[in-house]
This record gives sequence, structure tokens and C-alpha cells, in this order.
Amino acid sequence: MSHPTLAQDFVDNKPRAQWHDKALWFVREKRDRMAASVPEWEDLRSHASAIKMHTMSQLPTYLEMFEAKAKALGVHVHWAADGDEHNRIIHDILQKHNAKKVVKSKSMLTEECHLNPFLEKNGYEVVDTDLGERIVQLREETPSHIVLPAIHIKKEEVGECFHKHLGTEKGASDPKYLTEAARGHLRERFCSADAGITGVNFAIAETGGFVVCTNEGNADLGVSLPKLHIACMGLEKVIPRASDLAVFLRLLARSATGQPITTYSSHFHGPREGSELHIILVDNGRSGILAKPEFRRSLGCIRCGACMNTCPVYRRSGGHSYESTVPGPIGSILTPLRTPEQHSTLPFACTLCGSCTDVCPVKIDLHHQLLAMRGFLDRKKLLGMSKKMSMKFLSGLLSSTWMFTTAGSAARTALRWMPRFAIYNPLNGWGKQRELPEPPKKSFREQYADNNKNSGRPS
Amino acid sequence: MKVALFIPCYVDQFYPQVGMATVKLLDHFGVQHEFPKAQTCCGQPMANSGCMPEARPLALKYVDVFKGYDYIVAPSGSCVSMVRNHYESFFTEEDHAANEVRKRTYELSEFLVNVLNVTEIKGRFESTVGIHQSCHGLRELRLGPSSETMKPRKSLMANLLASIDGISFSKLQRIDECCGFGGTFAVAEEAVSCMMGEDRVNDHLAAGTKVLTAGDMSCLMHLEGIIRRRKHDIKVMHFAEILAEALTSPVAV
Amino acid sequence: MTATTRETVLANLRAALPESSPLPELPTSGPWQTFEDPFVRFCEVLDSVGGTCCRVKSLSDAHQQLLSIDEWNSAKVRVSAVNGVGDPTVDLNSIDDPHDLENVDYAVLHGHFGVAENGAIWVTDDTVKYRVLYFIPQRLVIVMPSQIVHNMHEAYGRITIGEHAFAGFISGPSKTADIEQSLVIGAHGARSLIVFAVDDLA
Repeated sequence: MSHPTLAQDFVDNKPRAQWHDKALWFVREKRDRMAASVPEWEDLRSHASAIKMHTMSQLPTYLEMFEAKAKALGVHVHWAADGDEHNRIIHDILQKHNAKKVVKSKSMLTEECHLNPFLEKNGYEVVDTDLGERIVQLREETPSHIVLPAIHIKKEEVGECFHKHLGTEKGASDPKYLTEAARGHLRERFCSADAGITGVNFAIAETGGFVVCTNEGNADLGVSLPKLHIACMGLEKVIPRASDLAVFLRLLARSATGQPITTYSSHFHGPREGSELHIILVDNGRSGILAKPEFRRSLGCIRCGACMNTCPVYRRSGGHSYESTVPGPIGSILTPLRTPEQHSTLPFACTLCGSCTDVCPVKIDLHHQLLAMRGFLDRKKLLGMSKKMSMKFLSGLLSSTWMFTTAGSAARTALRWMPRFAIYNPLNGWGKQRELPEPPKKSFREQYADNNKNSGRPS
Repeated sequence: MKVALFIPCYVDQFYPQVGMATVKLLDHFGVQHEFPKAQTCCGQPMANSGCMPEARPLALKYVDVFKGYDYIVAPSGSCVSMVRNHYESFFTEEDHAANEVRKRTYELSEFLVNVLNVTEIKGRFESTVGIHQSCHGLRELRLGPSSETMKPRKSLMANLLASIDGISFSKLQRIDECCGFGGTFAVAEEAVSCMMGEDRVNDHLAAGTKVLTAGDMSCLMHLEGIIRRRKHDIKVMHFAEILAEALTSPVAV
Repeated sequence: MTATTRETVLANLRAALPESSPLPELPTSGPWQTFEDPFVRFCEVLDSVGGTCCRVKSLSDAHQQLLSIDEWNSAKVRVSAVNGVGDPTVDLNSIDDPHDLENVDYAVLHGHFGVAENGAIWVTDDTVKYRVLYFIPQRLVIVMPSQIVHNMHEAYGRITIGEHAFAGFISGPSKTADIEQSLVIGAHGARSLIVFAVDDLA
């Protein structure tokens, strides 16, 4: 499927698309208020961007430093080249501990590696403990947003889902009631889990520790009871210093949900007494992105989701229309880099309005990368025959002044004389919901020449 | 001062009145101008489709047509942004002529305010105007403050409009959301494009906009297409048209 | 011998490195936001994220205040890690397995200081036997010195990161807005957070 097709399906349910748009715009407005309350907001963004760029330029050094420090704290550090290796490593660790029941907090990396289906296939019980993720898990869906995984689902649908799976009252849709039901349901899972898996928001090279941010407290509950904690992180999550956390924690929640900070910002340094801590460092295409100068800044992404909340296309097409773990502007860069054939329409699901770039807390030049991605696809011959041919034709036409003015005049004449049904035919994508411009008799260049003639100026 | 008019290809063919309004403004401020007749298009449709090899001859043509002028002025933020910000891959640092042309290409409000130091338009325009902030002018050329950034910047177009007698402005819910035109996006992603346009139009309707204006005719072509199809009572004018019309109406004493 | 994944990944990264760029200096004070009265700001922000702050003179004042709270008195399982604050029903020293804390209704724990800009409190695991106590009780009280820093830069300036297997910032009670963006307090962790800022400890 392509983005335009799935987006059309989403927009076809207009009230729902409008509801989705408003829900996300509400988050964007909260973000604006929070950003405005910090006088040095733009400086923070510049610092965050500079820290990320610097880290990228010395990534192997910082990763080795992180590894050494973590090991010294008693952490088991693993390296995975791709998703499969990441999943195998987790399988091995769980097997060694005879762990069967796993609670997992939100980690886009494990989504990217398709860890859940892998573990389920191997006989483990995996429970996503973030409320939104639990909802999509029970509905056998994928998250449609990286911070708000269930933003596409209405409370009535959550009610139905919980009635079926958790035995809540039929027809009940009060968020408080449903959240309470999930709390009870997940408490049981927390208390009976053999292992807790978390993502990593920031890994600190100089200390060997890492930070996980949640509002619900699910990551902390998940790893504070069982004797095994596995933390999964993309290579790009490392930052040099603990003091850098000040910059990122000030930006992250404000950008993500419009909160001053997440409820819990937990710093883990080594295993809890009597338990084991494993960290898996995952490449899965990241070194390839680092090698591409025009796209490497995308590795600075801290997964706040602000670009999705602000993207006028994402808000009106829904996360699932991107068919990608990370949707929206940043996903439309990261995903086609990995699978250009399957995702060639994503960089075109964008008007190049630039709102994502201005909202990004680490100043990734998102819309410029989306433009560059189009060229990347063209060089891979993935634009599609009709697009390429029409651009070749247009380029040829516009390269000649005479052909351009002749075609322009012909088009204006045709628009004036052609019957309406012939202009607004089914092939006219513009005219389905819009009028074409009213064609003037004379072009500007003709009027300018007339004007100069009348005023006696040379034309 | 040798000034060339750069009139975007679709404005030349479909919106000549916007070009003529630009001429009127330049005449009013005593700027002598020429319209180099060989000009066609800056190459943006090709470049934005990812077809850089197809955009390249148009970039070369643009430089060839406009070299030697002190200023090149266009009533379009989008086309100026293409020339200034996205010609990089076609030229090297040694291409002196090209880089001069890029640097000397100005969007109209930028030229009026930053080059001619125009601070007010002495004229009258009695209507409730709704400003559409075209994205490329806003976020590529920084002709005004984008709502995402927390830096104060003055909106050149809004300031010029605000100096006109009798004018009032509608207050929008979303001050600078994209209209959904986006070049080929308008057709490739027709459903989302039209929903975006409809949302913008509805915002203006609710805010009481009588005249909808912007710095880019491409956004307005899309929005006007929707307004006319739905027969809404909103007139669409490029800001150059409003400024030019105001100049012809006396200021109340 | 084939290279390990570690070696391959590091080699791939080394081959792809961009030009070096400087790491910005981050002073702990100077260019960052400060407040006229950081304590007032802390209370306002904590309140906005669902918590409550009470400033008291001494631990015994905190104790008295706590005993006047209905939910505390009606709570069946009460624990306290702060000597002199609260009348616990369960002695934490008698617990051998964190799972046994599942039914704790109310816990009184230590905090170190607050952050004005975001209402967060710095907590560390050396002050309590089981870190899960910060997350598992139905309701939480944090007792801390009435020391408030302006912002996160100042906060990181006064703590040493890496000393504790667990440490963190807690800002308000547990919450979620995952169902239609409706804010619900009490997701998985504490349903309420009361902070006693004690002047005598400062």
C-alpha cells in the first residue's frame, strides 16, 4: 500500500480525521506554552543539537567509554548488529534465567526489532505495560505514535477492548475507570514477572548509566521487582556527560507532551542488589545512516514525537498510514533509509512546510532531509515512471521560453473554451474538490509589454 | 539600481494581476525595473519531486537570465527560497555569477522593507484581512516569526499591511498552519491536501476573514480553488495587490 | 577468526565518522532560567503536575501534619523510611522480598531537594531498602530539606551521577493520558504525592 491510499482511507472518515487532528494539535499547543515558559528555549535546542553532533563525530569513542564504565558497575553489555541478533541475545538471557514472563516498558527499538512477536513465538509471555501500548497490544495492532501509541483509538473502543480482555463493564468508556482497570490488571503482571525490559532514553558515556523517562512509572515497577533487567538501546542514545542530561530532560517532556518533565526520570547505574542488569547496544542500520552526510543528523532524534504532533499531514492521515515503526516526519526519513522500495511514498507525504524542523528539540533539519530523501529515491530509480516522465517533460518545456509561453497561452485558451465536464474529468486530481484558476486573457509578460508601450518605455 | 522582476511561471500565466501589482509598487517607490523575457521557472517543481537532474537546467537558465542585476525581486517566498536555499547542489563556491544571483534574489516584502526601507504604506484598504503565512516565506526565508520558534521576529508582510488605513485583521485559531498545497503534493496526496485547505478556509471563515492574503500565490491558488468550489464569501488577493490597491485610495484625514 | 559484532559495529562507525564538532560548555549557572522565589515556583509547578508541597519547620511538624491526613490514617499498610515521620503499620526491616511490598497503601520516603522549573524531587536508593517503594505504594509522601534549585543545570551541578544503582527525579504522582488525551492521575505508581519541605533539614 502507499501513503496516499491509506491517507485517503483515513480522511474518508472525516469526523474521525478531524478528531485525530485536534487531539494532536492540542498536544502541540501544550508544547508551545511549555516552550514559551523557558526563556532560553532556542539556546537549549542549539545546545542539544551541538551535543548530538559532537557525539556523532566521536560515537565509537563514547560507546567504548560507556561500555567500560557500565561493565565496571557490573552490567552485562551486549552488541547487536541487527534486530535478529538483538532478539536472539534477549532470548539467550531469558533462557539462562529461566524467565518466562516478561514485562516491557515502551521502547521504539524493540518495536523496530519486532521483539514481541519473536518472544511470543518462542513461548514467552510479553506484556507491554505502558497503558497505550497495552491497549494496542490487546487490539493486536501496532502503535500509531511513538509517544502516544493509542492516539488513534477512541475511548469507546478502549472500553470494548477492555470489556473483552479485562472484563470491564460493557459500554463503559470513562478514561479514569478504564485506566483503573488497567492498573489492576497490570499490577498482577508486574508482581509475577520474571524479567523487565526497558528502552533507554539517554546513556551516559562518562558514568556507564542510563536514564529512562516515563509518566506512568511502568518502567520502574517493571524492573524493580524481578531479578532481571534488560535495557535495549540504539547506538545513538549515548551522550557524553551527565550534565548533558539537564539540556535533554528540559527539552524532552516539554516537546513531547507539554509537561515540564516526565513524572519519573530514572537513572540506572549497575544492577540492583541481588539482580542482573543487561544492556544491548543495537546498530540495525544506524552506522549506515551515520555514513550518509545528508541524513546523519536524523540520528540525533530523541523520540519526543513533537514532529508528529505538529505535522499537518500526520495529524490528518494517522500513524498507521506510514506503515512504519516510527511514523511522521522523522519516520519518513529513517524508514525509507532502511527499506526504500517499500516506503518510497513517505517522503512525499509532506508539503515541506518546515514546521517539524522548527519544533524539533534537537534541531534536526527534518524538512530538508525529506527533500533530500526524494533525491535519494530518484537516484535509486524509485520515484515511479509517471512522476519521472512528467518531470522530464516539464523540465524540457520550461527550459524553452517559447515553448513555455506557447503552452501557457494554449492552456489558458483551453480552460476558457473547454466545457466544464471536460476540464473536471475524473483524471483531474486538482479539480475533484477545487476549482482551477480563472484563466486571464493576457499573461503578465504581455501586460507588462503593453504597459511599457503605453508609457513609452522600452519593453 | 538595476532591478529585474522575477515573476513565477504560474503567476505569469494565471495571475498577471499579482505581477502588475508588484510593478505598481515598484513604480510608486521609484524603482526602475525590467522583466527579462527569457525567464520561465526556477525549477522548484522538479527539485521538490526529487528530480534534481531535471531541475538543474532551469537553475542554470535562471542564473543566466538574471545575472548582472543588482536586485531580482519576486512576489513569492517559495520561488525565492528555491533560488536562495536550494540551488546549492547545482553550483560550487567558485560559481561567482550564480552565487551573486542567488544572494540578490529578494522576496517582495523583504525588498520593500530591508532594501527600500519602506515602513508604511500610505493608503486605505477597508476590509477584514486574514493573513495566510506561506510556509516557505515563514520558515525558509524567515519573513516572520513561526509559531514553533520562541524567538521574536517581525512579520514583514503583516507590518506593511498593518500600516494601511482602515484595514483590520481576523484572528485565527492556527496562525501559521500549512494550507496543504505543497506542489505535486496537492495532487499526489489529494485527500490530505484538500482537508488541510478546507481546515484553513474554515478557520478564516470562523474568524470573519473577508479578504484572504498571502505572500505566495500557490497557496492562494489552492485555497481559492476550495473557496470558489464551496462558494464561500471570501476574496483572495496577494498582499502586493492589497498594498497596490491601498496606494490608489486616499488616506482619511 | 571472525570479528565479533562489537568489532564490526565499531569499525563501521569509525568508517562513517563526520568531521569533529565541539561539545558545548554547560555551566551550572549563568545563562539559565531563575525565579524570584524558587520555592514558590516549585510549589506551583508541583501543584500543576498533581502533587502538593507543604513547607514545615521540623520533622515533628511533618509528622503532625501527616497524622492529620485522613487517607494516611485510614490506610491499612503504612511504611516509613523517615525516622519520626508517620506511624507505620509495617516495619520495613521485616521485609525480605520487594514483592511483599505489593500491598503498601502509603509510604513515607526521603528526597534530597526540589527543582523549581519542573517540580521534580531528586531521590536515591540509599535512603530506602527497596527502590520499588518509590513506585509501588498507592500513595507517596516525600520528606526533603526545603532546598530548591532553580533549574536542571543547577540540579546536576549538585549531585554526583553514578553513585547509586538507582536515582531519579520524581515530579508529581504517576499519570497517563493514553486514553483520548484525558489526564488520569494514578497510572501504575502512586496516586498522590505530598512533599514535606523541612526547614530544619535545609
